[in-house]
Amino acid sequence: MDFTTHVINGLGLGSIYALVALGYSMVYGIVQLINFSHGDIIMVGGYSVYLVMSILGLPVWIAAPVAIIVCTLTGVIIERVAYHRLLVHNAARISLLITAMGVSIFLQNVFMLFFGSDPKAMPPLFTSTILKIGSLELASSTILNIITSVIMMSGLQLLVNKTKIGKAMQAASEDTEAAKLMGINTNSVIAITFAVGSALAAVGALLYSNTYPQVRPDMGNLLGLKAFVAAVFGGIGSIPGAMLGGYALGVAESLTKAYISTKLTDAVVFGILIIMLLVKPSGLMGKNKKEKV
Amino acid sequence: MLSVNDINVYYGVIHALKGVSFHVKEGEIVSLIGANGAGKTTAMHTISGLLRSKTGDISFMGHNISKAEPHKIVRFGLAQVPEGRRVFSSLTVQENLEMGAFVSPAKNSREIADDLGLVFKRFPRLKERKRQQAGTLSGGEQQMLSIGRALMSRPKMLLLDEPSMGLSPILVQEIFGCIKEVSQSGTTVLLVEQNARMALSISNRAYVLETGKVILEGNSSDLLDNEQVRRAYLGA
Ligand SMILES: Nc1ncnc2c1ncn2[C@@H]1O[C@H](COP(=O)(O)OP(=O)(O)OP(=O)(O)O)[C@@H](O)[C@H]1O
Ligand SMILES: [Mg+2]
Repeated sequence: MDFTTHVINGLGLGSIYALVALGYSMVYGIVQLINFSHGDIIMVGGYSVYLVMSILGLPVWIAAPVAIIVCTLTGVIIERVAYHRLLVHNAARISLLITAMGVSIFLQNVFMLFFGSDPKAMPPLFTSTILKIGSLELASSTILNIITSVIMMSGLQLLVNKTKIGKAMQAASEDTEAAKLMGINTNSVIAITFAVGSALAAVGALLYSNTYPQVRPDMGNLLGLKAFVAAVFGGIGSIPGAMLGGYALGVAESLTKAYISTKLTDAVVFGILIIMLLVKPSGLMGKNKKEKV
Repeated sequence: MLSVNDINVYYGVIHALKGVSFHVKEGEIVSLIGANGAGKTTAMHTISGLLRSKTGDISFMGHNISKAEPHKIVRFGLAQVPEGRRVFSSLTVQENLEMGAFVSPAKNSREIADDLGLVFKRFPRLKERKRQQAGTLSGGEQQMLSIGRALMSRPKMLLLDEPSMGLSPILVQEIFGCIKEVSQSGTTVLLVEQNARMALSISNRAYVLETGKVILEGNSSDLLDNEQVRRAYLGA
């Protein structure tokens, strides 16, 4: 396999990171919370697919919307039940962070209780074929990942930049109090942000299950952590940053696997994060927070 | 029009407003003056719903707004120009103004465009810079933007928190001129200022706030002559 193939494979993997990273970044942008339970939304999405396809034997076009709806609801419910009161009462960020970790442990244990801790295999969502494009040989899932992520992100850009609710999200993430003074209901903006972030994670979960067709309660840990790294690398709070960070991370991982060592991929991923934090702590596209007068 | 009755506001254990009462009648300019930390911003935030008073109540045009959410209060026609301008710095000037119209009673985008035109007419400098990021504006321009943004919601009453802060004397004149115009066009004004002389010179009535209590109130012209006010706030 040549360099181009590795890069494209990396983009395929990075598409998943990017979709999950968006949720971290959007939520952080609005409530300055690193939502550690976000990775577990992928797990919830994975089990939704497993239930619908493997247990109920239904086709993917039912599993996909079910997973998206279940994840979206889970995200919104988590915000309502776990974070909302802390946010309303302006709790310390550390309390939020610890709550987020608690939610993550809770979710994983609930799924462990119902499904056991062993991995469950499931059929891939789509039959995979190898596509030959010129001299390149690519898995169809890679192409599907890239196309899906580009479509989702274009949609998100339209939502954020062209709609009224998107403008409200931008305003609230810049200055929540000022946004309230504009008549924006910031509580619903926060709920919508969790919903959109979780829906994107669900799409990430679908692509992930298609590429690695098995589920387990802790599957969100490493994937979530890497997506978080992608969000920080790109500049947490920035939507284009999260996409860029996701793709960059995927490509870095793929190239490390190809040219250095498979065992070193995670070391490289976190090494990149550390270097980025040393060189430019605000990330690729992050803005240094300006002091308000 | 606005009546604040015996409110008590706390930050944790800090008792910031201690039984404060004041009112503003339709068409008036009323100023609230006081030194740093007197509780002026606290009062503004409580009126707008960003803070809650523990006891007492606030009513605006017949609505009890003491428990209302900030976004609902804006819909009643009460807009605030917050201390420190608080423009959305990564959005453009025009986008900031459009945010101001988020709950405007304007029926369609044409009417909002008309309102935008009015703001641009009032502040031609904003029109020249409408595609510029708000964060790159000068302090005076940001203040104009913050006022323009509040006007975009077509408020019946405008709260202004230290609009003269950090501005050169010429700009202060300009901003106060604009406040007068806003008032003349039918919007009631509650003005918070440390620049007591300016505030008293354009307002009808005033309240003096000191460490969370109203210690004096009266016609602005009387307060300008009041010995206590002159010594403490006018440096005379
Ligand atoms: N977030 C907060 N937490 C704790 N105390 C606060 C907070 N905000 C204000 N205070 C305190 O409440 C009191 C009133 O503050 P406030 O900001 O209302 O004063 P102000 O009259 O607006 O002053 P300035 O003219 O400096 O703006 C002060 O003693 C201040 O220290
Ligand atoms: Mg103040």
